[in-house]
Amino acid sequence: MRKFLALLVVLPCLVAMIMLAAELPPYADPDNPTNNEVPTRYTEQGVEEAGATNIVTDIIIDYRAYDTLIETTVLFTALIAVMLTLKGAGNNHA
Amino acid sequence: MPDMILREITSLLLPFIQMYGIYVVMHGHLSPGGGFAGGMILGVSLILYILVFGLDSCLRKVPHRLSSFLESFGTLWYAAVGLVGLLRGTSFLMNKGAGIDLGTPGELFSSGLIVVITIGVGIKVASTMLSLFYTLVEED
Repeated sequence: MRKFLALLVVLPCLVAMIMLAAELPPYADPDNPTNNEVPTRYTEQGVEEAGATNIVTDIIIDYRAYDTLIETTVLFTALIAVMLTLKGAGNNHA
Repeated sequence: MPDMILREITSLLLPFIQMYGIYVVMHGHLSPGGGFAGGMILGVSLILYILVFGLDSCLRKVPHRLSSFLESFGTLWYAAVGLVGLLRGTSFLMNKGAGIDLGTPGELFSSGLIVVITIGVGIKVASTMLSLFYTLVEED
């Protein structure tokens, strides 16, 4: 019975996701909505404005530096979670 | 696990793995890679060292306190570098806008604060991997 209920939830989700995927624009089409002024700016002026020839680095450490700063704290939080789980809150061992 | 072949091969390979990790971190602004990928290579090389030579010999070289310290240091370093922009009168984490000389694109020492931040992220990711492994392996 529980498996049937789970199937009843999962199947509509599957259908919805397949319908969503069918609506996606074709891959690498120049008329895609993601191909707007933002990636054009990055590829044309990224090297000049941020100074790194690796455009991914330009984006993650110059244009999106806040995002990367918080991303490093995600690792920090993961380590804290592991330490709390394994060592226990009462144990003060480093 | 005193396996001679494993130990000899690992001691031959480790310097190259670590040199490659440092290379990926240092060239994060020139070629594919960066602080996260290079730091991961460095951290995994230290984990390989633990797996082959044992936990105690690695704890003697990189104590748990040191790796925990570097782990927090990386994030604080990133934020501290971001303050350079504030001190020069622009916004947080500003690079070119803060009037920093970017140098010639394509050279190793170019792109201003990006290199400094990438090295900090590399140290942070490597020590996070090591601290995670220490925490998981150590049993009190």
